[in-house]
Amino acid sequence: MNEHGSARSERLTREDAAYVARLARVDLTEDELDLYAGQLAAVLDHAAQVAAIATSGVEPTAHTLPLRNVLRDDVVRPSLEREEVLAQAPRAEDGRFWVPRILGESP
Amino acid sequence: MNASELAGRVRTGETRAVDVLEQHLRAIEECDGELHAFLTVLGDTARSEAREIDRRLGAGEDPGPLAGVPVAVKDNLCTRGVPTTCASRILEGWLPPYDATVVKRLRGAGAVVVGKTNLDEFAMGSSTENSAFGPTRNPHDPRRVPGGSSGGSAAAVAAGLVPIALGSDTGGSIRQPAALCGVVGLKPTYGTVSRYGLVAFASSLDQVGPFARTVADAATLFDVISGHDPLDSTSLERPNPLALARLEEGVDGMRVGVVVELLDGADASVVKRVHEAAEALAAAGANVEECSVPEVSYALPAYYLLAPAEASSNLARYDGVRYGLRVDASSAEAMNGATRAVGFGPEVKRRIMLGTYVLSAGYYDAYYGQAQKVRTLIIRAFARAYEQADVLLGATTPTTAFELGSKVDDPLAMYLSDVCTVPTNLAGHPAITVPFGVDDLALPVGVQLLAPALGETSMFQAAAVIEGAAPAGALPQICAPTIGAGPTSTRGER
Amino acid sequence: MSVEAWEPVVGLEVHCELKTATKLFCGCRNAFGDEPNTNICPVCLGLPGSLPVLNVKAVELAMFIGNALHCEIRPSLFHRKNYFYPDMPKDYQISQYDEPINVNGWLELPDGQRVGIVRAHMEEDTGKTSHMGGGGRIHDADHALVDYNRAGVPLVEIVSAPDIRSAAQARRYVEELRAILMAIRASDGRMEEGSLRVDANVSVRAGRTDELGTRCEVKNLNSLRSLARAIEHETERQVSLLEAGEPVLQQTRHWDEQAQKTVALRSKEEAFDYRYFPEPDLVLVAPGPDWQYQVALCLPPMPAERRAKLTELLGAGGPTAAQVDQVATVVALGLDTLVVEAASSGIEVPLALARTANEAAADADRAREVDRAAYGTLLRMEQEGMLTPTQAKAVLADLFENGGHPADIARRKGFEALGAGTVVAAVADVVSAHPEEWARYCQGEDKLVGFFTGLVMQATDKKANGKEVAAELRRLRG
Ligand SMILES: [Mg+2]
Ligand SMILES: [Zn+2]
Repeated sequence: MNEHGSARSERLTREDAAYVARLARVDLTEDELDLYAGQLAAVLDHAAQVAAIATSGVEPTAHTLPLRNVLRDDVVRPSLEREEVLAQAPRAEDGRFWVPRILGESP
Repeated sequence: MNASELAGRVRTGETRAVDVLEQHLRAIEECDGELHAFLTVLGDTARSEAREIDRRLGAGEDPGPLAGVPVAVKDNLCTRGVPTTCASRILEGWLPPYDATVVKRLRGAGAVVVGKTNLDEFAMGSSTENSAFGPTRNPHDPRRVPGGSSGGSAAAVAAGLVPIALGSDTGGSIRQPAALCGVVGLKPTYGTVSRYGLVAFASSLDQVGPFARTVADAATLFDVISGHDPLDSTSLERPNPLALARLEEGVDGMRVGVVVELLDGADASVVKRVHEAAEALAAAGANVEECSVPEVSYALPAYYLLAPAEASSNLARYDGVRYGLRVDASSAEAMNGATRAVGFGPEVKRRIMLGTYVLSAGYYDAYYGQAQKVRTLIIRAFARAYEQADVLLGATTPTTAFELGSKVDDPLAMYLSDVCTVPTNLAGHPAITVPFGVDDLALPVGVQLLAPALGETSMFQAAAVIEGAAPAGALPQICAPTIGAGPTSTRGER
Repeated sequence: MSVEAWEPVVGLEVHCELKTATKLFCGCRNAFGDEPNTNICPVCLGLPGSLPVLNVKAVELAMFIGNALHCEIRPSLFHRKNYFYPDMPKDYQISQYDEPINVNGWLELPDGQRVGIVRAHMEEDTGKTSHMGGGGRIHDADHALVDYNRAGVPLVEIVSAPDIRSAAQARRYVEELRAILMAIRASDGRMEEGSLRVDANVSVRAGRTDELGTRCEVKNLNSLRSLARAIEHETERQVSLLEAGEPVLQQTRHWDEQAQKTVALRSKEEAFDYRYFPEPDLVLVAPGPDWQYQVALCLPPMPAERRAKLTELLGAGGPTAAQVDQVATVVALGLDTLVVEAASSGIEVPLALARTANEAAADADRAREVDRAAYGTLLRMEQEGMLTPTQAKAVLADLFENGGHPADIARRKGFEALGAGTVVAAVADVVSAHPEEWARYCQGEDKLVGFFTGLVMQATDKKANGKEVAAELRRLRG
């Protein structure tokens, strides 16, 4: 759990918006942060109707289908041509995807 | 001319597929400058597909029920080697290395894919104004929106540029633009049409479906695209019997519930048309009663928590590493952030923000978890309603087509145009909109039929009855001259 | 205070790559070492519009693991774990979160100690990032290159309870787990190729308290040796902090193999907000009783049982300390059936065990594939004196590498058995040529056996049997 979550505010603040933008990895301008903080607050106010509905003992629905155990045989299928895939990459080198240096370790 | 007639003529050799195609390509060329329904028009590949249909017919083969029928495909369905943009800068220039299952099925039935249609970026919107490549216009009034997000497909069919098209419906994105453009639009039962190759918006809600000018064409197209796909884990077995086969069986003895909550807040002219449609069903032998499903009003707020949450995750992959846009920066992290800032439009950013927020630590239970429970309540409410009714009836949209730009600055007002369509997405149920006359401004009105999961057959039967009783429509202001009779005048002849 | 007054408390997370033919959610080959980005498709590359479909074999192997670790196998759900990283094609990992397939099991170490298993869940692997320039390390790299062949390879993450109390015990736990995973053919056990990857959660506490200290998660443990070293180092680091009156901060730390120490990666405050939610593209996995029963039926004997079997074969005297190690080695490498089969065809168990634990273990991959009849024949040739131990080892190496019949190999190498009397004559020659040494040997200087044996070996072109030479020397001494 992140510290952020414990301080739940009724209104979505600009700091909340900045935190969310970082999580979602979208660089937003100061103006955009203000704009979205306001608009998200309006949508969340509308959504507050949902919070008011009594749901104790109600199971959440993640899927509407009564399916289970949908499985595939462990059989090799043809992969894509590497050149076709890498042709779509913004930059490739030595058969691999080129990215600028990565600052953080993988979690 | 509608799809069944075209396919009939091609199959009997009365017309060649290549000629049908050239006619439609000309219509697109003449009208689409103003309409902007298409993002990509396929000339050469479509021509070679049409030639192949003619060759197969010449060799005595049957290419299928859509032989030589030109079809337009929403640009969030993957087409191998053909740009698939989702109307987003972030995917501009991307050439998918594979075809969506529905695209394969279209071709398998003899259809010729003529182009990719405009949409709200990543299918997020209700007006097609959120396209990074400019809005589509409503053929009935170019100052007005065609609805969305599948506005390009709806407008193309309404204007006669193609007889049928595919769209996707997450919260009403087929039915709402179909209603606003005066065509038939179906959102099938979740799982009946493969999602493989449909660029995901909200995976538990998305479903591909047909646009057509007649109910019969919609049924034909649904029969073609539905059925089990081993590449989609949420795919169901092919519905049986097929929709088209039972289309003319009528509604004698069918129980129809008119849902009061699906008329609440709708324009008077829209409400009036729904009541007329109900009367038409009663006149055809259905037992029509009013009913109440109060939980329907929970759907929109729940939807605007669930759909953005799934979207925020589905759209994470557009990070500038493997395909699509990259904005260079000194680190991978900075490159991701800059690419997404430039590549996504305002509505997509808004929904990513909202969805990320409601899933973030400390908020999940209050928002996402609660919305999932509300989803359960909505499913239960529909189950109760379907104890008393075989199909339900209501408005498709609270209003007819609104003016371009009138709602872009007020997201919440825009979201409200999905209020009648969202409940069935949450339940996973099918629903269809059928054009039923016009309002005082001569703008098309759609009425919506809803059915329980896999209830497409009865729903189509009721839709056919409503279609047969529909008042005359209006001729679109933008429509294909070379194809002659416009779509709504065809209906008017009945 | 000294380190001895403190006790490390360790829990391990082991990521095991499952040995399926294809990846977890697509039909691409699951193979190590192929050309970069050749085993990729729309699904494992996370292309827009692609959807996952679960591999039945991966579920089955996960159930095998659950069974072998005495877990409860439960209906399970996949979630999405959302975070950005270039090696993750969808920028979320499909992983089982709060409803894993296996929960509440245990693993018994060879000494009888039990380590609790909290969960063993399925998830997909990421691609492989190579940091280029600046010596290949992340902080001074110039750019990175990504290969997605590994993306989507099935993993089972096995999370132990914090029941481990020393670096040595952690090592034994991983060795035993590895043997189990190899026994059920879920893994090839190759740590150096990343088939098994271990993270350690380490805290320390003063000997007598029950209270747990603040823990650090140590990553990048690529061998059993680095696992043990990292736990030792991390224990020392935490103890010295506490003894200096400073708090241990909850952190993720990285084992620096070159510097032989752990370094901080990030603090708890920087922890990721993963935004888990149920994966809408996959449905519930709920193996029914029939399927569970089938899996339980197919479970092969576990290492503990197999060690007991070998110990029993060694007979009433009980194994020597060296034989305990040999038994452990042979079972850990999955070579015990070689011993069992040889024993059942009349080979002396200590001989079969020694050859298997030493020579076969040195070439375990090939030894596992060796023709069992040929292996038995070779042991018999040695047992009956047709080959000396030195010759038998040479023939064995050839047999593993090239196959064939041991007698043919021996002939090709010129290892025909020495005629009766050859050893006697050679010993006599050597003794008469070195009267001084012989006199000392006769006065009790036993280590001269080696001296004479060496000379006899030279004289017979290494064809003499060392035991026979020693026996002849003893006989001459009278
Ligand atoms: Mg994990
Ligand atoms: Zn793949």
